[in-house]
Amino acid sequence: MKIVVAIKQVPLRDSPLRVNTAGTWIEEDHLSFEINEPDAYALEEALQLREKHGGEVIAISAGPARVSQTIREALAKGADRGIHVEVATFDTLHVANLLAAALKTEAPDLVLTGLQSDDLGYGQTGVILAELLGLPSSTIIMQVEVHPGKVRVKRELEDGWFQHIEMPLPAVLTIQSGLNKLRYATLMGIKKAKSKELKLVSAAEGPPASAVIEKLYAPEKNQQGQIFDGDPKAAAAKLVEKLRFEARVI
Amino acid sequence: MSVLAIVEERMASEVLAAAQEFGQDVQAYSIDLPYTADAYAAAVEELIRKVNPTLVVFGHTYQTRDYAPKVAARFGRILIGDVIAGKPPVFVRQTFQGKFNADVRLVGDGPHFVSIQAGAWRAASAPVETFSPSSPASRQVAEPPFREAARAVDLTAADIIVSVGRGIKEKENLPVVEALAQALGAELAASRPICDAGWLPMDRQVGSSGQTVSPQVYFAVGISGAIQHLVGMKGAKTVVAINKDPDAPIFEVAHYGIVGDLFEVVPVLVEEIKKQKA
Repeated sequence: MKIVVAIKQVPLRDSPLRVNTAGTWIEEDHLSFEINEPDAYALEEALQLREKHGGEVIAISAGPARVSQTIREALAKGADRGIHVEVATFDTLHVANLLAAALKTEAPDLVLTGLQSDDLGYGQTGVILAELLGLPSSTIIMQVEVHPGKVRVKRELEDGWFQHIEMPLPAVLTIQSGLNKLRYATLMGIKKAKSKELKLVSAAEGPPASAVIEKLYAPEKNQQGQIFDGDPKAAAAKLVEKLRFEARVI
Repeated sequence: MSVLAIVEERMASEVLAAAQEFGQDVQAYSIDLPYTADAYAAAVEELIRKVNPTLVVFGHTYQTRDYAPKVAARFGRILIGDVIAGKPPVFVRQTFQGKFNADVRLVGDGPHFVSIQAGAWRAASAPVETFSPSSPASRQVAEPPFREAARAVDLTAADIIVSVGRGIKEKENLPVVEALAQALGAELAASRPICDAGWLPMDRQVGSSGQTVSPQVYFAVGISGAIQHLVGMKGAKTVVAINKDPDAPIFEVAHYGIVGDLFEVVPVLVEEIKKQKA
């Protein structure tokens, strides 16, 4: 089966983030980037499905030139080839349109992506992509079973509830973190990745954005909390005193 | 501004409150169908074409996340998801895992689509009509919801909880927080990534997909405070946060906190607590 994994490149976890001078996004200079964590789980699931059912895994990502590095890393982990739609925008609708256009000729059996991105966090690129491709979808998936012509998935609901959903293939699924164990790229994998195909696709104009970020800013600081820093021992002593005599919980 | 509120059981009163705040002319509907993404997308699309609203309001539930972006896309829009404040034409939502807020401005004519975060609006009541769509066709076939085997751990009964997050770095470091839990006589809990990694069992997870707790004291150790975690613990009477990042969102809900390396702070904290209890 042909499986496509849509991945996004986001700033490295725990990067020190600052708002840019325009005040509309983060300052990206000097940042390092990595694969969006839920997308890493989607990639892993795709690789495991290929091991079970055979076929091909294609990693696709839309973004600026630096994104090709993250696609290469997916190839090093075992994806067979990559598609990079080079584009500066991160408008969700535009990106979903670009991915849909690039995937139309691929005609995959299954498209996987993470349930949401760690930066913008809209959690809808996969769902919109399904809509644009005319495919059924299901979200926040904890388990994928492929059967001839159909897929049965375990969807996460709130408060520890789950539900099984069945739908015909081809389909689009958004994958929840933690459904499998992530693998590392092997040295051999990294070496092989260099010779794998990474197709560069130029981006078409997108539909007009229906929403724009006007301002990005740190949330207002909570005034009520008593936060101690400095010497750990002194801070710990102060905290215990507060918990004992003010909150009266120790 | 005409507002269409899509009401499901979860968050119903909050959605009605937000809708009333967003516009004068509010119509609220629940969809008379068993849920599947296809069936609801078709039903809500049909309802929108009938009602012709400027703004459609949803609760940001797992169900909404599953189908509402489909509907929005049919109208050339995205869903402005999980908003915490604002009203048309500018809504506030969290980005970068709660590190920054974004003011998002609607562009162009309606219908626009917005879903509100649980707990961000107070409850209100209003009449809700029932909509029965003309063709409930669906490619997805849904089985009834189920729970995994009974939880071995009931965190909801705990008075004190010590909860650990990514800051612990490795499974081998867990004894550091276990010592704190022991000193306090607390239950040990964790944020999602810790349970995902298998370092602690899933039934010790606090958050939107785990347990919702409201203990007397909640210690968040090395937990940054992504919204999915906060919804599970913000009912705690006293929240204590220990984190090396002073900008971590967990400090926004903390009553007390220490900014510092948990590996330095927690051991001395354990000593102090033992001293007090002796």
